[in-house]
Amino acid sequence: MGEGKYIIIAGAGKVGWNLARELLDKGHEVTVIEDNRNRYLSVEQELEHSIQYGDASELWVLERAGISRADMVIAVTGDDEDNMLICQVAKDKYLVDRIIARVNNPRNRPHFELLGIKPYVSATDLILRLLEHEVPEYGLVHLLDLPEERLEIIEMLLAEDSRVAGQRVGDLNMPEGSLLISILREGQGGFVPTPETVLEAGDEVLAVLDPGLEEELKVFFGPDGTE
Amino acid sequence: MLREGHEVSCLDEDPEAHARLEVNLDRSWEDSGGQFTVGTGLEEDALTAAGIERADAFIASTDGDNTNIVIAQIAKRRFNVPTVIARILDPLRAEWYEKQGVNTICPTRVAIEMLEKEVLEAAGSG
Repeated sequence: MGEGKYIIIAGAGKVGWNLARELLDKGHEVTVIEDNRNRYLSVEQELEHSIQYGDASELWVLERAGISRADMVIAVTGDDEDNMLICQVAKDKYLVDRIIARVNNPRNRPHFELLGIKPYVSATDLILRLLEHEVPEYGLVHLLDLPEERLEIIEMLLAEDSRVAGQRVGDLNMPEGSLLISILREGQGGFVPTPETVLEAGDEVLAVLDPGLEEELKVFFGPDGTE
Repeated sequence: MLREGHEVSCLDEDPEAHARLEVNLDRSWEDSGGQFTVGTGLEEDALTAAGIERADAFIASTDGDNTNIVIAQIAKRRFNVPTVIARILDPLRAEWYEKQGVNTICPTRVAIEMLEKEVLEAAGSG
C-alpha cells in the first residue's frame, strides 16, 4: 500500500484495534468505529480522535466517518452479517475501492461470495491451512491461492506407494491445466526438474494448477491403484 | 396466512418460538397445516429443510436488520425465490436496499406515518 491512505475499520475488537495501531504507525489515516460504549471508551484513550462511537452498519455513522473519501474499508466486527452489510454498502453505495471482510464463522463463507464480498479473511481457515502444512496426512497442501487469477500452487509428498515414483518427469502425463514446477528432495533442497529427472518416493512436488484440479492431482501423485 | 389457505413454514433458531405460533389456534400448528424448523436463515441446510426450494415467497423478519438483508439476498440469489421481502427497521438502510431491488418493509417508517396521521387528525378535530 502506498503512503497516506484513509482507512475505515469497523469494530475495535482485538483485530480492529491492533490493525488500527499498525496502520497508524505506517502513516495512514484511520477511523475505527465501535458500537460498544465501554470498548469505545477504553480504546479511545489510546487512539483518541481515530475512533468514533457508533454502529458501523448505520449509513449515517459511516458517512460521519467520511466513507466517501475512504480508500479502504475493513470490516472486522464479531458479527458476519454486519461485516457483509458494511462491505456491501461500502462497495456499492459509497464506491470504496478496496474492502476486506472478516469471516467469523467459516460456514458463512459462501454468503460472502454470493454477495461479492472479497477478499475475506477467516482465522479458522488460516489455522486449517497451517494444520494442513503441519500434518502430512492431509496429502495436499495449498501454498498459494489466487482465485481472481484462477491460479493455485500446491505441494504434495510422494508416498512410498506413489504411482509416479520412479517415473521420468518427461514421461509424466500431468492432468491438463497443471504443471510440475519444483521438487524438494531430502539432502538436495529444492530444484526445478528437467524432463530427465526421476521422481522418488519422499519427494515433495510443487505444482501450479487451475482451481478445481486438486482431487485429480491427489490421485495422480497418490498411491498406485487409486484410479 | 395459514387461515387464508396458504402453506406457511417458519424457521426460528429458538425451539420455544413454536409455542408462540399456537397462541389462539384451536389445533396444533402442524395440524393447522403449518411447518416449523429450528435453525437460522444463514444455514442453507435449515432453509432447505424449511422448504425454501419450493417457496413462492420468503419473508426475512428476524430481529436483526443486517441478518434480514443478508438472508433476503440469499433467498433471492441462491434459491431464486420469486417474492422476497425483508424487514428493515432502519429507514436509511431500508431506502438504500429498496433501491437495490430488495423488497423491504420498514416498520419504523410505517409507524411514523401512522403516528403523524393520528396526530394531525387529533389536532384537526380538537
